[in-house]
Amino acid sequence: MDKTVNQKAWFLVLPVFLVVAFSAILPLMTVVNYSMQDTFGNNQFFWNGVGWFKELLDPSTDLGGRFLASLGRNLFFSAVILAIEVPLGIVIALSMPREGWSVAACLVILALPLLIPWNVVGTIWQIFGRPDIGLLGYVLNSIGINYNYVSNDIDAWVTVIVMDVWHWTSLVALLCYAGLKSIPDAYYQAAQIDGASRWAVFKAIQLPKMHRVLLIAVLLRFMDSFMIYTEPFVVTGGGPGNSTTFISIELVKIALGQFDLGKAAALSLVYNLIILIVCWVFYTVMTNAGAERPAKEGVA
Amino acid sequence: MARIDLDDLAHSYGGNDAPQESFALKPVTMTWRQGGAYALLGPSGCGKTTLLNLISGIVTPSRGKILFDGNDITPLSTQKRNIAQVFQFPVIYDTMTVGQNLAFPLKNRGVAKAEVDARVKQIADLLDLTPYLNRKATRLTADAKQKISLGRGLVRSDVAAVLFDEPLTVIDPELKWQLRSKLKALHRELDLTMIYVTHDQTEALTFADTVVVMHDGRVVQSGTPAELFDKPAHTFVGYFIGSPGMNIVPAEVNGQQARIDGHVIGLHRNYGVLPAGKKIEIGVRPEFVDVAAPASGLLSATIERIDDLGRIQFARVRIGDAKFAARVPPGFSISGNTAGLVFDPAHVHVYADSHLVEGVA
Repeated sequence: MDKTVNQKAWFLVLPVFLVVAFSAILPLMTVVNYSMQDTFGNNQFFWNGVGWFKELLDPSTDLGGRFLASLGRNLFFSAVILAIEVPLGIVIALSMPREGWSVAACLVILALPLLIPWNVVGTIWQIFGRPDIGLLGYVLNSIGINYNYVSNDIDAWVTVIVMDVWHWTSLVALLCYAGLKSIPDAYYQAAQIDGASRWAVFKAIQLPKMHRVLLIAVLLRFMDSFMIYTEPFVVTGGGPGNSTTFISIELVKIALGQFDLGKAAALSLVYNLIILIVCWVFYTVMTNAGAERPAKEGVA
Repeated sequence: MARIDLDDLAHSYGGNDAPQESFALKPVTMTWRQGGAYALLGPSGCGKTTLLNLISGIVTPSRGKILFDGNDITPLSTQKRNIAQVFQFPVIYDTMTVGQNLAFPLKNRGVAKAEVDARVKQIADLLDLTPYLNRKATRLTADAKQKISLGRGLVRSDVAAVLFDEPLTVIDPELKWQLRSKLKALHRELDLTMIYVTHDQTEALTFADTVVVMHDGRVVQSGTPAELFDKPAHTFVGYFIGSPGMNIVPAEVNGQQARIDGHVIGLHRNYGVLPAGKKIEIGVRPEFVDVAAPASGLLSATIERIDDLGRIQFARVRIGDAKFAARVPPGFSISGNTAGLVFDPAHVHVYADSHLVEGVA
């Protein structure tokens, strides 16, 4: 087969190429460039090779210590919110009505937290939790619970976690609800005839049918919580001390606070890499889960 | 295993106060004997699935009672009724193996493990599922999945009736025959009451000993396939069953004679004088009308086309405005486009307002 040679086609690709170059490739290359160098301002750079990367992985250095500590906080945070949001989301989805006007009402109420901008969520909880004027903080303190997220590590953590649960459980619930809605009535009727208990119905029908949406929910919530910045920054500013300083907050401190562009660039590359790897693992798991189903399934 | 009695049973999705014309199932009283194979036959929306769901307890009737062996089970939940149901689309539990699927109803009822294993093995043998017992049920074909659904019903020894809701819809045509004969064989072997809902007359007539024909929420006739064929109680039954369906043409009936389009044909029975004001029709199956060469004593018709069904040929003809189908006798060759029609009087029925009128022999 002869292909038509038409070099003009390149001009059609050119705009996209330029946009991608300026929006993604060039900035990323700049970061790669910075990560190999050190600077003391005045636009003067000194070659440092893989020095920053070595420091990053060495806990005895300042950079490495801060990175690994914040990485640990990030992983702990993601694990905790997943452990709360996924079961809670499933329970909410299961208890939602299946038909009638109340469905719309529930969906709107659930969607509300998702529509609020991150920094507004942070501000809401920052004020809500203040012991002097915040409803939550004041009530807790007046019934004798000493609660102050500015001075107490655990209080700060609890606040950040509760805030995230409040903000994002809806997403898990909505995804699960969509998964539940797609189960044909015949399954429930068959289970009824088979004498299945509520728990058996959940285990044998609902959970397996939600399997795929749950994977997506876990992926989305892991990614988002691993990249969290705005809400804890607004509420605690990473404190008290460094107790709620996540990688993203640490990164901003190094890049903009200390103006250590080399260290910050190396840190952001590693941060990026971790997220890419996790994404890839999830993608593989999901496609494999899909491949297990026989091709004929589509008929029903 | 049970006899099923329906006592003035009716259902309206709009509540009991809705006009009876809107009922999904109009009041019906009938008895289904223990061990019978019944088919509920009718077009979509005729109420057959509603009736099935009333029996299984998925839907609670707005009126009337259902009795299993004389016990009123109307208020009982689906679990307590001991029925098995096979749905249109195969329902299987994805995460379980075939064996676990079959054991599920017994486990839920707390049956001892040894007994569960024995029952599962027995049912798997019966349904030819033994080689798949340890395979994941998701990977099987639709007909195997449908067998698993059935197996989950049969595995309980106390099952009162097995209900089928168009179970062959998603099965490949060549496997439909196999699965249907399997059902027949199971019915003979297990002495179960089986109720089979379908809109396919071949499925109904081959599966059931008694076919219940439904139309517009009403049971219009219940009888053996032969009864439905030879003596349809309602013009709908005549038309719906048979291929091509019964010829129904307006006629004037007086005593032992019917007059169609000015031509008189003799009847086997005497109908006396039929009540005035009713729509009188005669119905005769194409199998009992032969095409012949035009003659003065015969009702003449215009031939439109000939359908060749292989072992039999039907002529599509027109009498005045009415369409009609008639058998072309073997060896008869048609010349021209008019023909005479020869009726078999024993198989000509008279209908008043669509209902069969019994004549006096």
